[in-house]
Amino acid sequence: MTTPDWVAAVRGVLVDHGLVVAFAVVGLLTWTAAAISRRLTGGRLHGSAVAILLGLALAGVGGMATGGRKGIADVEWLAGMGLLGGGMLRDLAVVATAYGVRLEELRRTGLVGVLSLAFGIASAFAVGGAVAWACGFRDAVALTTIGAGAATFIVGPVTGSALGAPGDVIALAVAAGVVKAIVVMVATPFVAARIGLDNPRAALVYGGLMGTTSGVAAGLAATDERLVPYGAMTATFYTGLGCLVGPSLMYALFRALVG
Amino acid sequence: MVIYGTALLAACLVVGQIAGRLLGMLLGIDANVGGVGIAMLLLILVTSRLERSGRLAETTRGGILFWSAVYVPVVVAMAASLDVRGAFSRGAVAILAGLAAAAAGFAMVPLLCRAVSAPASLPPDEAAASGDAA
Repeated sequence: MTTPDWVAAVRGVLVDHGLVVAFAVVGLLTWTAAAISRRLTGGRLHGSAVAILLGLALAGVGGMATGGRKGIADVEWLAGMGLLGGGMLRDLAVVATAYGVRLEELRRTGLVGVLSLAFGIASAFAVGGAVAWACGFRDAVALTTIGAGAATFIVGPVTGSALGAPGDVIALAVAAGVVKAIVVMVATPFVAARIGLDNPRAALVYGGLMGTTSGVAAGLAATDERLVPYGAMTATFYTGLGCLVGPSLMYALFRALVG
Repeated sequence: MVIYGTALLAACLVVGQIAGRLLGMLLGIDANVGGVGIAMLLLILVTSRLERSGRLAETTRGGILFWSAVYVPVVVAMAASLDVRGAFSRGAVAILAGLAAAAAGFAMVPLLCRAVSAPASLPPDEAAASGDAA
C-alpha cells in the first residue's frame, strides 16, 4: 500500500477553490497591512496604501518564483488572485463606487474632464516619445508605440500592432505602461497633498491626466476612497481615446517630427 | 432582495461595456471607449431615480454597497497579479518612460485645477448669470 500524498490533496483543494482562497489571502493581506500602518507608521501611511504595496511586493515575488507574467497569480493555488483582481471584478467594483455620487457634481466638471483627458494623453505620448528618442530610437513607429505605452499598458500594444511595430518594441511599451501604473499607485498618497488632490474636481482632473485605470484605482484607494468614482470616471475614457489617437494623430505627428 | 442590487449593478456594467465597445467600433478602433464610465453614469441615473420614488429597498442597496466596499481588496488583488518583474526587467527605456509620464501627470494636476477654478470661484450671482458656461 502506498502512503497517501497529503500535500497534493491539500493543494488540490486550494486549486479547486481559487477565488475563495483569494478572498482569504486578500483579507489576511489587508489585516497585516492595517497592523503595519498602525504600529510602524503610526497611521500616517494609510492601511490601503500599505496593502497595495504588499500586493505589489507579492506580485514581484510571484514573478521571480514562476517566471510568469501574472505576478502571484501564476502560483497555481493562488490563481484566484488573478480572477479577483482581474478586469471583470475590478470594473464591477469601480462602477459600484459610483453609487451615491450626485449627477450635478459630475455635470459641473464635464469640461475639466475633457480638458484633462486631452492634456493627459498628449503629454504621455510626448514624454514617452522623448524618452525613447533619448534612448536612441529614431523611427516614428517605435517612438509612437513607446509613447503609447507611456499612456497605458493597453494603448501601447494596441497602437503598436496597428502600426506593425516589432515585438520587442511592443514589449517595451507594455513594460512602460506597467511601470507608470505602479508609480501612480505608489506615489499618489505621497504627493496628494502637494498637488491638491483632496476634492472631487481634482480627482476628476487627476483621473484624466493619469489615465491608467489600475494606477488611478489603486492610487485613489490609497489616498481617499471617497475620491475613487471621480477619478475612475475620467480615467475610463483615457485608454479608448488613446487607442483612437495613437495610430492616427500621434503617429502622423511623430512622422512629421522625425521625417 | 440583495440580489436585486447586485443584478442592477451587473446589468449597468454589461450595458455600459456593450455601449463602450460599440462606440469604439463606431470610431473605427479595436478598444472599449468609456464602457465603465457609461456604466457609472447609468448606475447613478437609475439608482437616483429609484431612490426618489422610494423603490430602492435597504437590502437592494446592500447588494450594491457590498461591491463598493470590496473595492480596495479587489485593487489589492489586482496589484498582486501585475507583471512587476517583467516591467522592471525590460530596461531603462520602459522605467524612464513610465516614471516620466507619471511625473508629468502629477505635475499638471494643480496647473489644470488652477486654470479652470477661476469661473467656479465667482460670487454666486455672477456665476448664475454666466450660466452653464462656467
